[in-house]
Amino acid sequence: MTATTPNPAPVPATLPAYLLSQRVTQARVLRSEWTKLRTQLSTFWALLATMILITGFGIGYSLLREARPPHGAAAIASFDPAAVSLSGMQLAQIAAGVLGVLLITSEYATGLIRTTIAAVPRRLPVLWGKAALVVAATVAASLPAAFAAFLAGQSILARRHLSVPLSQPGVARAVIGSALYLAVAGLLGLGLGALLRSTAAGIAALFGLLFAVPLVAGFLPGSWADDVSRYLPAQAGQAVTTVHPDPTTSLAPWTGFGVFCAYAAILLGLAALRVRRGDV
Amino acid sequence: MSASIEIRALTKRYGTTTAVSDLTFTVRPGTVTGFLGPNGAGKSTTMRMILGLDEPTSGSVLVNGRPPRAHTAPLREVGGMLDPRGVYPSRSAYHHLLALAQTSGIRRSRVDEVIDAVGLHSVAGRRAGGFSLGMGQRLGIAAALLGDPATVVLDEPVNGLDVEGIRWIRGLLHGLAAQGKTVFVSSHLMSEIAQTATHLIVIGGGRLIADTSVAEFIATAAPPPVRVRSSDQHALAGLLRSPGVTVTPAGDGSLTVAGLPAAQIGAAAADAGITVVELATEQASLEDAFVDLTQDAVEFRAPARPLAGPAFEEE
Repeated sequence: MTATTPNPAPVPATLPAYLLSQRVTQARVLRSEWTKLRTQLSTFWALLATMILITGFGIGYSLLREARPPHGAAAIASFDPAAVSLSGMQLAQIAAGVLGVLLITSEYATGLIRTTIAAVPRRLPVLWGKAALVVAATVAASLPAAFAAFLAGQSILARRHLSVPLSQPGVARAVIGSALYLAVAGLLGLGLGALLRSTAAGIAALFGLLFAVPLVAGFLPGSWADDVSRYLPAQAGQAVTTVHPDPTTSLAPWTGFGVFCAYAAILLGLAALRVRRGDV
Repeated sequence: MSASIEIRALTKRYGTTTAVSDLTFTVRPGTVTGFLGPNGAGKSTTMRMILGLDEPTSGSVLVNGRPPRAHTAPLREVGGMLDPRGVYPSRSAYHHLLALAQTSGIRRSRVDEVIDAVGLHSVAGRRAGGFSLGMGQRLGIAAALLGDPATVVLDEPVNGLDVEGIRWIRGLLHGLAAQGKTVFVSSHLMSEIAQTATHLIVIGGGRLIADTSVAEFIATAAPPPVRVRSSDQHALAGLLRSPGVTVTPAGDGSLTVAGLPAAQIGAAAADAGITVVELATEQASLEDAFVDLTQDAVEFRAPARPLAGPAFEEE
């Protein structure tokens, strides 16, 4: 083949012109991210897993405690029926965190991030859009699941007269707080995913932050351990999911949740710096 | 503001590796400009900087007069397809394009229009991960054309396309240029670019080698070799060998002479009383011109060996 081969006759492009406005706005990027989220298989599985873990584990543990109820006045006094029925949150936080990680690392893994960033060259609206959707999707999935787990769990514990009504002070806050806790766990995942750009590294870091850091803190001498532990992400955040947090080992509910949110804000802030600068 | 790509003293380093070095050129609207270079020459790096994905280490890129990241309506300004294409495998082609369109408020009807134009209508609802290479290319081109951009940047657009697809994209690119758009298309295949582009930017080892028209590019290349067959090949070879001239016996008994025009070879043979039975100038191709220009810049090169022409393949 040589340069003398004649060019084929130019065919006019069959594509019509498109002259309407195309300004990129945060609202438009949010819509785009919503389309991506609802058509991404892994987010569907992560949200389904979140719901199943909350309800399944909550009901399962309630059945276990129904079979093995607390004995003695002290044990009954410290028994927390709301916490029993909401215990699935401990596992669901992994699913919610992985949802956040995957929402951004799947784009790096497939190269889709380059298409996304070329369309939104200011970049940060993409991160904020994903953050808003992590919160919205996680709350939408886990709030009904948390209420279902609570109601099912209490109806099981009621057979032993161990249940607690939703109207008792702090109970509704703990149920709603569980869903909020999971939403922020999703944000931690998103921040870590955006910082590390790798699914494996993001999930590993998430496990480290939520589970390994408290283990390490446990090695600190006596009173230190409690002073430090209450400020760790999971411990601080779970204050809001507990009806009566122990003031000697835990922060007040909303204070703790605020600290947990601060961790997420710091991670997302670092992620924003990383996304905004440098190469995709 | 007119469509164009202006690259000034552009340099990009990754750690200690210099991918692009002091590159300066302008891509003008209304024609198809080919972006040529061996694999690893820095073509994709340059294109990523044009799309605002990678930050230049130094120098500047202006697309339609502004830095790529300063555009408020980016899909209107520049449409790009990079290699490899980024799609989420379980998402349908339609939803891939819809999500892209929504960032800029582009309507669904436009998404349908683009899908029809690239011939993906019948598979738009299928998962993009199952697409063939050719279908994936069409999806990438659809994404690039979504916003009806003034500047179109395509990395290796004919890769994986069949003959019909290649003809289609050539027609499409000429059509876009005829509309006054800036069309910048990379390839490592010279013959392909020769038939698609009218202007050429050639790079090798991250540096600019040529910024010229396709016709000039071929003309400035080394003179083409001459094939000669005569009554006394041995004597003729001895006669022609001199500094700057190489004589290589071809497998079929003919000689390939590089560095001398055919007329001088014929005259030399006549003077020596050797009968020439065949004398032919090989066609100068863009391929040859490209190899001549870039051979110093190619990082990893196979050891030189004589190339068998089509005439000798029957042996």
